[in-house]
Amino acid sequence: MQVTITVNGEERRHDVEPRLLLVQYLREVLGLTGTNIGCDTSSCGACTVLLDGESVKSCTVLAVQAEGSRITTIEGLAEGDEWHPVQVAFREQHGLQCGYCTPGMVLAAVSLLEECPRPTERQVREGLEGNLCRCTGYHNIVKAVLAASGQSVAVLDTVRPGAVHAPTIGEGPAS
Amino acid sequence: MIPVAFEYERATSVESALALLAEHGDNAKLIAGGHSLLPLMKLRLATPGVLVDIARIPELSYVREDGDAIAIGALTRHHDVNTSALLAREVPLLAHAAGQVGDPQVRHRGTIGGSLVHGDPASDLPAVLLALDADVVVAGPAGTRIVPARDLFTGFLETAVGEDELLTEIRVPRVAGVGWSFQKFSQRACDWAIVGVAALGAGDGRGPGVALVNMGATPLRASAVEAALVGGADPAEAAALAAEGTEPPGDLNASPDFREHLARVLVRRALDEAATR
Repeated sequence: MQVTITVNGEERRHDVEPRLLLVQYLREVLGLTGTNIGCDTSSCGACTVLLDGESVKSCTVLAVQAEGSRITTIEGLAEGDEWHPVQVAFREQHGLQCGYCTPGMVLAAVSLLEECPRPTERQVREGLEGNLCRCTGYHNIVKAVLAASGQSVAVLDTVRPGAVHAPTIGEGPAS
Repeated sequence: MIPVAFEYERATSVESALALLAEHGDNAKLIAGGHSLLPLMKLRLATPGVLVDIARIPELSYVREDGDAIAIGALTRHHDVNTSALLAREVPLLAHAAGQVGDPQVRHRGTIGGSLVHGDPASDLPAVLLALDADVVVAGPAGTRIVPARDLFTGFLETAVGEDELLTEIRVPRVAGVGWSFQKFSQRACDWAIVGVAALGAGDGRGPGVALVNMGATPLRASAVEAALVGGADPAEAAALAAEGTEPPGDLNASPDFREHLARVLVRRALDEAATR
């Protein structure tokens, strides 16, 4: 079946089997291997891409369902040599360890900030609940997303002896 | 994981979807967001010969006022139900619960109609629509009919919507100002509920609505709780009856006994929270 999908700004046409998953189309047909396959059951978020600007799990979308859509993968996020602000923030805040979840995390964060440009720390944590980091590097991922939204994240670096809860951003003083 | 090969057809209207279903019979399955069906197809637990894609039927995605009810098109995505200002005002229980389904990526694809016709007792929205006493509109070869939510869920992954029919609309009552709560107990944020509870206070000649997620083969009304509340029981007394008439499953997450315990605890929390709203 013919599909026409605009991937990272470029219109692509291919004859595909209806059962071809979008993630396989991106990786195996187009060679865009920045989108990772993790759980393959729409739990982990490693395969997250933007479909018409919104985050989706590309292991649970058929390529034929994306007919006529705009897809953005991690390869298409930078503008020329200029990284996307979320990419810059992930580097500056050390928002990655092994890197496997990173493309999905970054695209989930881009979608989140599109819907909620100045999120609280809680909104970031809830907004990324579809993405798992097996290194458990969530703290710096959350910092990176807050930093990308233009908010200071210095408070998240402070450790107060005896504090029960870590300091938070956007929800008043921590107890 | 790769689904078994199938033919793919794209419906452009309700009529064309019904015609495709009539043509292909029980070999066909409808697909909208695909977030219930595709995982089953990837596991090869579902092997339809023909997929009829209804996601592009433009007239089935809306939230609008319609007399005493709010009408929601079957293809309205969880994200759009969650962010609807009209639903936030008139049916806050539903708007809130739609934001608890899966995770943001799932909510960008999954639809309210798809969630209902999948008939999964572990899904959030079927119980919410039971508690709300919603109706659904079903189109078929003989025209359209209205099915009350309480008659919709007939068995495990089974609904009253026939194989030649299409659920087109969900109709929910306006319940602005009525107390409500949605409780969901799960281990990871994006998991299905191990047990969930949707609760709506009484009002407008209507008794209280309390419904349970994942406490049997279908989503269930907690009838004993509702009857106790009507009879004047306080939340603690009513919640103690939450597991009556249920047959909860046992699985990796919880034994039947633990689910019964969770139902009592979560109904108590739901009734307490609903009383504060």
